[in-house]
Amino acid sequence: MTITSNTAATPAAFLRRWWPWIAIIAAALILPFILPPFRLNLLGRFLSLGIVALGIDLIWGYTGLLSLGQGIFFALGGYAIAMYLQLDSLEPGQLPEFFSLYGVKALPLFWQPFNSAWFTLVAIWVIPALVAGLLGYLVFRNRIKGVYFSILTQAALLVFFNFFNGQQKLINGTNGLKTDTASFFGQMVGSDAMQRNLFWITVLLVIAAWYLCRWLTSGRFGDALIAVRDDEPRLRFTGYNPTAFKTVVFTIAGALAGISGALYTVQSGIVSPQFMAVPFSIEMVIWVAVGGRGTLIGAVLGAVLINYAKSLISEQLPETWLFIQGGLFLLVVTALPDGVVGWWRQGGPGRILAMLGSSPATATYPGLDQDPEAQAEKRAIESRAQALESGASQPGGEP
Amino acid sequence: MTVLLDTLFNGLAIGSVLMLAALGLAVVFGLMGVINMAHGELMMLGAYTTFVVQNLLKNGPLEGLFPAYILVSIPLAFLVSGLAGLLLEKTVIRRLYGRPLETLLATWGVSLILQQFVRSVSSAFFIGLLAAVVLGLLAPRLLPAAWWRQRWSPLLGVGSWVGAGAIGIGLASALGNERSLDQPWFSARNIDVTAPEWLRGSIDVAGVTMPTARLFIIALTVVALVAVHWFLQKSVWGIRIRAVTQNRPMSSCLGIPTEKVDALTFLVGSGLAGVAGVAVTLLGSVGPNLGGNYIVDCFMVVVLGGVGKLLGTVVAALGIGVLSYILGSGSLLLLWPQMPAGLNETITFFATTSMAKVLVFILIVVFLQFRPAGLFPQKGRMVEA
Repeated sequence: MTITSNTAATPAAFLRRWWPWIAIIAAALILPFILPPFRLNLLGRFLSLGIVALGIDLIWGYTGLLSLGQGIFFALGGYAIAMYLQLDSLEPGQLPEFFSLYGVKALPLFWQPFNSAWFTLVAIWVIPALVAGLLGYLVFRNRIKGVYFSILTQAALLVFFNFFNGQQKLINGTNGLKTDTASFFGQMVGSDAMQRNLFWITVLLVIAAWYLCRWLTSGRFGDALIAVRDDEPRLRFTGYNPTAFKTVVFTIAGALAGISGALYTVQSGIVSPQFMAVPFSIEMVIWVAVGGRGTLIGAVLGAVLINYAKSLISEQLPETWLFIQGGLFLLVVTALPDGVVGWWRQGGPGRILAMLGSSPATATYPGLDQDPEAQAEKRAIESRAQALESGASQPGGEP
Repeated sequence: MTVLLDTLFNGLAIGSVLMLAALGLAVVFGLMGVINMAHGELMMLGAYTTFVVQNLLKNGPLEGLFPAYILVSIPLAFLVSGLAGLLLEKTVIRRLYGRPLETLLATWGVSLILQQFVRSVSSAFFIGLLAAVVLGLLAPRLLPAAWWRQRWSPLLGVGSWVGAGAIGIGLASALGNERSLDQPWFSARNIDVTAPEWLRGSIDVAGVTMPTARLFIIALTVVALVAVHWFLQKSVWGIRIRAVTQNRPMSSCLGIPTEKVDALTFLVGSGLAGVAGVAVTLLGSVGPNLGGNYIVDCFMVVVLGGVGKLLGTVVAALGIGVLSYILGSGSLLLLWPQMPAGLNETITFFATTSMAKVLVFILIVVFLQFRPAGLFPQKGRMVEA
């Protein structure tokens, strides 16, 4: 008898257990037909940004490494798919248009493999992962951490930005590579039908990335990551090697950023060095911070909601967005260190209600029932017991 | 020989701007471990102060002072940026003590706000802002005292600020209907500070043309450096700052007021950013984005130099300056014409300003592989070492 089969016995219990998934699937199926193409495209883009946010949550929320350079990996993924699309829509023997502007006669060597779709599908996440792994290894090996790590990732970002910005002959420099007019399986990438398919792909990949992160953070590996965040010297003294954990998790975050960048590129129609601009990479961090670091769903929600707010506000009152964004940074850091989701889970709404005079009904020990820490601990123990039980009888655990 | 001198001079000029900009950052970072992402924006405030001083002195009762407006604006810029930094420390950074990553994000938020502030500040905006701040500060007195003893008083605190903000915005938009009040002070465009007459020429020494403005910046940097050195080494508060840098809990036990030391350090560091802003105005037009162009370079100087020693900052800034210039101008090719072809191509590849930056940063990262704590690391035993 497993918990899963127990709770799924009646339809009501089934609904109670699976309603978030049912809602998500229903929304993913219905939205493309009720939203105008422009809004759907925006939603798809922002969802794909949720993947890079998940990666940042892994390295920052769980491991305590604040990377200000995720834009590198994001843009690398974007460039990989854009190069493939540029080549794919050409007749044999032709060169992408911009090459002729700079008098380049032959396809540069590193473009060659991007003729292959399979290579590209792998390159989208493997190239960013390799770069992240190398960078991470070099940095973590020397126990560079904290703000030094942040500054170095930002410097690395600037290196890549300057490089991509300055190389007209290799990758069209500042102008970037366009993808919306390229064709893919005989369809324009920018067409509405194609964008709808891309939206569904994005939704699937967000869910897959969420599962991956959940799996990573729930087991012993996740415990090690949290140990790195909370007390790295102690972890080291107990005989673990933090460098390995940090490098691995930074690599995974890089791969996620690459996938995210590729999805974002095909949906926004262009990849340019602006993806590696310094402010953009810091913005990514604030999505996670507002949503709630250390909570995976918070990262995705933060990315989608903040970007939606940004696009709405920028349409109406462009001047105020920077004030609001700056205010968000200040607010979330000083007042909501665990983000909105973290605040919610720690009983924030209950506290506000209590201030207004309506205390929630409590059991024997009101202090225990209202103490968010005690509650969080109780939940953690319960979920761990559940996971153990279902894990013993049914591999894969509970979603 | 001329090429060598020329390279040295230009490298020195680039390095001295960097040094001036990074000096304040290094002092603050060394003491508090705080990454101040708004440092570049404090520089921008200094630059805008120079602009205002120039315009005030140009046509007014103090016209006689106009040729010296740069000299007048140096202390003023120090004051403006320093006070802005002090405010930042008192309101935000103090709350985040011991959480450097959070401080980094918060100061980035401040930098965004400052950027947009200089873009959109107008008289109406300013009056609205002032009204909101005054109302928010006075709220505890204006509202009935009994309210503040209720269990929902924390909500009242937040609510009073929100209300004050709403009133301020309302006032600003009401005043904004008046054309004269709605005019932005600076707008998003770049501003130009015309260097005074005596800074426009250049001096030729041994075949090297040295623009006077550059020489002025170098002199300013030297003066600032000497002043900071004197302040840290000889003055009472400087000694306190160094004590807190070395061992905060111990200093606190011995009666050093660490909170005051933090505030003072932040004021000095931010003020130095303001002085750097004055220097930057001499190099060309400046805009709200000024900070972003310098901030990462400044951090690299601090990281490369190591924390806690001014000498590290000096060597790192000059090193980065000279190296950037040598690589960016391609003058290695002039110095060594018979270079092997492979090397030659590599150097030509990196011989633009932005590509030189790429190479310099790569070199810094490689260097940090061997000396992770920078050129002049602080000696001593630390838990995290």
